[in-house]
Amino acid sequence: MVAGGFGVGKTTFVGAVSEINPLRTEAVMTSASAGIDDLTHTGDKTTTVAMDFGRITLDQDLILYLFGTPGQDRFWFMWDDLVRGAIGAVVLVDTRRLADCFPAVDYFENSGLPFVIALNGFDGHQPYTPDEVREALQIGPDTPIITTDARHRADAKSALITLVEHALMARLR
Amino acid sequence: MGTPPGGRPYDGYDGHQPHGDTGQNRFNFPSAPSSRQGPAQPYPNAQQPYDQPQAPRIQPAAPRRTTEPKARSGAGAGSGTSHNPLVRPYAMTGGRTRPRYQLAIEALVSTTADPARLQGQLPEHQRICRLCFEIKSVAEISALLSIPLGVARILVADLAEAGLVAIHQPGGDEAAGGQPDVTLLERVLSGLRKL
Repeated sequence: MVAGGFGVGKTTFVGAVSEINPLRTEAVMTSASAGIDDLTHTGDKTTTVAMDFGRITLDQDLILYLFGTPGQDRFWFMWDDLVRGAIGAVVLVDTRRLADCFPAVDYFENSGLPFVIALNGFDGHQPYTPDEVREALQIGPDTPIITTDARHRADAKSALITLVEHALMARLR
Repeated sequence: MGTPPGGRPYDGYDGHQPHGDTGQNRFNFPSAPSSRQGPAQPYPNAQQPYDQPQAPRIQPAAPRRTTEPKARSGAGAGSGTSHNPLVRPYAMTGGRTRPRYQLAIEALVSTTADPARLQGQLPEHQRICRLCFEIKSVAEISALLSIPLGVARILVADLAEAGLVAIHQPGGDEAAGGQPDVTLLERVLSGLRKL
């Protein structure tokens, strides 16, 4: 999973490392989701949650999918759907808007899904060091915090490797 | 993650995997009332590994609901594009909003049916089958055919039930709440490093 606040570069990150152009899938949320079985509103009264994703074929019989979480943090049901079977999450952070990543960090801490924090340096700048961010976010020492440039394939790949290594460590502990 | 044939046993529907709060949702029967009987054991071969090529992956749980084709009666626009669909999304599913099975968004789908068998299927079913001659995830089916995710899940489940497609649910470690196991993680890591 690739999470983070609105406009932090999730789709850019997915696109940088995906073998296909990121695709968009949409989930239609109707009034039925509020426990009402009334489908008469499936016309214009629906909310559409969009989710971008990419694919990496790692082996003949192994395909890794990268799902960018819906930008709107309130659609937790989509996140729950994604967490099942997921290896982990890269939480992209724009240090100029640190608070935007709080919901994602809280979510993954609660769900127990391994995650890494990736500071996306806009315009190549990294105004804060990982240590400063770790303190500001109150992130434990076990969670990796790395710097990245979501536009670059090598950076995105390296962030994914860090995540899988972290997930592996978490499983072996 | 997806693991096509040869990976892990097809253990998606055994109903015993702790999957967070969806534990009791594993079967996800249609929310609409139906005449189906004996919901307790609808999948007699649920424990079968999926790499047995000839056996149907999923036994039909009940006769197909006869209301399904009728619900599509206004669908001269079955091939309509996503942008201004003349058919409301859930009309394709006969009004059902829940699939019969809980398909993972990354579950892989491959068409097993002979192309000749596709004649006479619903247009959406045909489109999915044609797309999945090359293996695709449920998410890709939704995106490439511009079908909402929930609808794609229902249609794919229908196709699996009819024996037209095979579904490869992602492998997961039951003890770890369906998370990928260590072997799988190691393979992913090695694959990423080789990119």
